[in-house]
Amino acid sequence: MNVAVDEDKCCGAGSCVLVAPEVFDQRDEDGIVLLLESSPPEPQHAAVREAADICPASAITLREDT
Amino acid sequence: MTPVAVPEDVLVVGASAAGLSTVEALRRKGYEGTVTVLGDEPHAPYDRPPLSKQVLSGAWEPERARLRRQEGLAALDADFVLGDAAEALDIGTDPDAAIVRTASGRTWRAGAVVIATGARPRQLPRTRGEPGLAGVHLLRTLGDAIALRASLSSASRLVVIGDGVLGTEIAATATGMGLAVTLAGPQHSPMADQLGPLVAARLAQLHTARGVNLLLGDTVSGLTGEQGRVTGVRMSGGEVIPADVVVVAIGAVPNTSWLEGSGLRLDDGVVCDEYCRAARRVYAAGDVARWRHESLGSSRLENRTNATEQARTVAAGIMGEKVRYAPVPYFWTDQFDVKIQVHGRIPAGAEATIVDGELGAGRFVARYELGGAVTGVLGWNMPKQARLRRREIVGSLAPAP
Repeated sequence: MNVAVDEDKCCGAGSCVLVAPEVFDQRDEDGIVLLLESSPPEPQHAAVREAADICPASAITLREDT
Repeated sequence: MTPVAVPEDVLVVGASAAGLSTVEALRRKGYEGTVTVLGDEPHAPYDRPPLSKQVLSGAWEPERARLRRQEGLAALDADFVLGDAAEALDIGTDPDAAIVRTASGRTWRAGAVVIATGARPRQLPRTRGEPGLAGVHLLRTLGDAIALRASLSSASRLVVIGDGVLGTEIAATATGMGLAVTLAGPQHSPMADQLGPLVAARLAQLHTARGVNLLLGDTVSGLTGEQGRVTGVRMSGGEVIPADVVVVAIGAVPNTSWLEGSGLRLDDGVVCDEYCRAARRVYAAGDVARWRHESLGSSRLENRTNATEQARTVAAGIMGEKVRYAPVPYFWTDQFDVKIQVHGRIPAGAEATIVDGELGAGRFVARYELGGAVTGVLGWNMPKQARLRRREIVGSLAPAP
């Protein structure tokens, strides 16, 4: 799984951090998403899928084929 | 209500954030049945928060507001039927299914129906028979945003009627586009209802500093026009504010008229239980849903994250899980270079304390307490710090009276 974030779309809600804190964080200065792990290990996949689905700005995209 | 076995097919009525999120949550949970999504608009699911900001300003092409790329939608294995509005719901005829009829005359049977038909903008009261004026806009849909943008491109004076989230965002965006903007509304500060007096006053300062003419604490009595085109907004005292374009942003009304006669209870939304069920086989999510929040009582939330979170609860319900929906309400707004985040609630009379940063410094977090309980936190250009304090609200949401 490959994760990409769009900083321009990110609204700083932090929903992704609440769901998958090992993969996402927020910048201290403006709350924009920080991707901690662009190829997260399998046990994180379900949480990352949920984070992508619930992101209120659709700022997270996944590629599952890798 | 008698529990229903996991249905073989699900019909989602509404193809916006709540509808799409319901489908995604169902598939994430492994639902393998047939899923159909009905949408009244012709567009694939798109996001509304950017409409008053990036799409209106032109920073984004409208295409960028799409919620999912084509391949993402295709992976959901759902049938999106767009451009056909639902007109009636029948839950009394067939014991094994709910039936929805659309404007084109088609009917759909499904073991579960999710109502996600959203809300529509409230209009200014108009005298019977009076024709509408050109140059007066509402903003809800992508088409509305494109039309407003086109109208603003040849205008110099905009009056926004409405001092809530949408009205203040439009005022900020249009100011950035070079228009002379007046924001008119009944409150003493913009968004006072949502932000409380302390931060609403700060927001008023921000708008004034950036050149917005705030005309607050007054009501609009009507519009003036010439040859079918709006020329101004008349205030209750008789004063007329000249305008080339007027936007009316005075709230929204849940889209429930198609459900009249269905037997569902409608009361400013589709009335649901704490599991977001409106009836056997029928659920509701998003702006249209009024449900029983175990701490806050009867609630209806018009915000973006609610659409997604409530959809998740609805999907769980369809899959036979019993999940009560009791979210911490959340919304954000971006105006000029300020990002405001509100977790929880800021009820009237709540006491505000600055707990991070400084009120005058352009970055702060305020915490709100009422009756000894933390009801909400607000971040002003401190999204992460506000979110970190969200846990202070969880568990202390004031119980329903």
